[in-house]
Amino acid sequence: MSAVVIPAGAPLRNPWLVIGKGVLMALLVAAGILVVYPLVWMALGGFKSNSQIFSDPFALPDRWSFDNYVAAWNQGVRNFLFSSLLVTVVSTITTVFISAWTAYGLTRTQMFGKPVIVGFVLGGMMLSPTVALVPLVQMMQSLGLYNTHWALIILYTAFRVPFTTFLIRAYMLDLPRDLDEAAMIDGASEGQIFRKIMLPLCRSIIVSCIILHILFAWNEYIFAMIFTNQIDVQTLPVGLTSLMAKHGTNFAEVFAAMTISALPIVVIFFFTQRYFIRGLTEGIGK
Amino acid sequence: MTMASVTATPTRNGAALRGAVSNRSRWLRHGLLQQLAALRWGIVALIIVGWFVYYPIVDNLFVSTTTQDIFTGEVDYVGLDNYRRLLDDPVVWRALTNNGLYAVLSVIFQVFAAFVLAAIIEGLRSRAWRNFWRAVYFIPSAISTTVTGLLFYFIYQPDIGLLDALLHLLGLQNLSYTWLGDERTAIYAIIAMSQWQGFGYSTLLFTIAIQKIPRELYDAATVDGAGPLRQLFCITFPLTREMTGMMIIVTIAGAFQVFNEVMVMTGGGPNNSSQVLGTWLYEQGFNQNDMGYAAAIGVVIFLATLTTGLLQLWYTKRRRVEA
Repeated sequence: MSAVVIPAGAPLRNPWLVIGKGVLMALLVAAGILVVYPLVWMALGGFKSNSQIFSDPFALPDRWSFDNYVAAWNQGVRNFLFSSLLVTVVSTITTVFISAWTAYGLTRTQMFGKPVIVGFVLGGMMLSPTVALVPLVQMMQSLGLYNTHWALIILYTAFRVPFTTFLIRAYMLDLPRDLDEAAMIDGASEGQIFRKIMLPLCRSIIVSCIILHILFAWNEYIFAMIFTNQIDVQTLPVGLTSLMAKHGTNFAEVFAAMTISALPIVVIFFFTQRYFIRGLTEGIGK
Repeated sequence: MTMASVTATPTRNGAALRGAVSNRSRWLRHGLLQQLAALRWGIVALIIVGWFVYYPIVDNLFVSTTTQDIFTGEVDYVGLDNYRRLLDDPVVWRALTNNGLYAVLSVIFQVFAAFVLAAIIEGLRSRAWRNFWRAVYFIPSAISTTVTGLLFYFIYQPDIGLLDALLHLLGLQNLSYTWLGDERTAIYAIIAMSQWQGFGYSTLLFTIAIQKIPRELYDAATVDGAGPLRQLFCITFPLTREMTGMMIIVTIAGAFQVFNEVMVMTGGGPNNSSQVLGTWLYEQGFNQNDMGYAAAIGVVIFLATLTTGLLQLWYTKRRRVEA
């Protein structure tokens, strides 16, 4: 609730308040249309013929055929989607597991040099991928990982472990210690405490981290563009630009491909809003 | 009371206990071996982050003092030549200016405008509507910059794009323009797309900050006869200052790392007018095959992000002290 609240139940006698409220609502609706319309235009464009996109941009499609979607699918979107799925799923598992593992070590064990490790791992959050590009290309080539899914999985993991560890560590620091101390007295090993007690306790932050990582990996472009160059390795964002280069004149098909790549993440966002929002706020607000 | 407080001095993580009741063999209990065993919790992250994040960034410094050829593998040490070239390179200054423009305009739209929108949303009485608007504005932020960049590439197309179609519809044909094809407007067209995509993200974060403000303050203000605007300036804004400061820093940091949207929409053109540091690095390293120079540009980006990163660190530390 905030500043613009109008006292409930009070008759709106002040005309300025009525007008003000109307203006504010109009602003909200206008911004909403501004946000949604281009996306609707994109999704509908996938159903239109190319000529109709030019001649009649605001119209609904003449006929609702999935031809463009099917064509885009067969032009490589199928491969891109598979690559995106593979890289996203595997890098999510590795990132979240390594981060939870590290966060546990940093909050619950007698590890040597903890402050140094915290500084080192979390400091990685400040480093931007662009800066590492030039050496990474040489490194990936010498490792023989150039143009493989592994290159992306490794890089997505390495560059996201700092942030994900930061989130999980903050959460673990706030968790009461009675349960793990009790387990220790009962003779549980650190590994058992981590698996059987900490992971279940941290379920909600882990879900948030999974979703944030999916969002990152699904949409990542720089690494994907530089480290992949073949249709069966490229992820969706890169695939789209190469599709654009090849079939740039076929707007309808590119629109369809764009819609296919945007839809899953929007759906995920709507179904997991709660976790998503918590992850975002923890990430910025701590 | 757990046994911890009875049998040993409780340390923050009951470590003293572990020595007494661990089921591990005795010789592991103290000393080097145990330390090594404990290190397994940190070593994985140290290796992967050290190897793929820190090492390349340090190596980038060395590469920036060389000229190299990807194809022949030839490396020549040239000292600070790349940096001298950088200072004389008009495109670098153009790119820095564009990153700066990006930062300023993003702060205006993604911090201040987003704050106002968030205040309006949180002023709605129905919770369902509040959540609805929040979610709607956020949608573009969930979509990849590549998709939104391509989408706006189509929207900006002269004659056939959505923007020109809209201008025609409103009878403003005279205003139709080659937004991305003109040196003067290309970067602004790209920045406009970024604002469209990004404001919902900050709006969402601001709504959460506003929700944390105690309701009583507004009730008291209303009783005292403070109008909505007065409440906005005297309660909402001061009490979300932390989030605002953080958002400004994060937004500026993001502005210096821009890459995708420029790459997808103009590739830095026309005539390098919309280059940003990231795309210029890419152009030099991967199209001109000048890795040494690209690495020097990378160092500039590194310094920019390090500055914002340290600023963020200082800001959170300062907040903790205040709290």
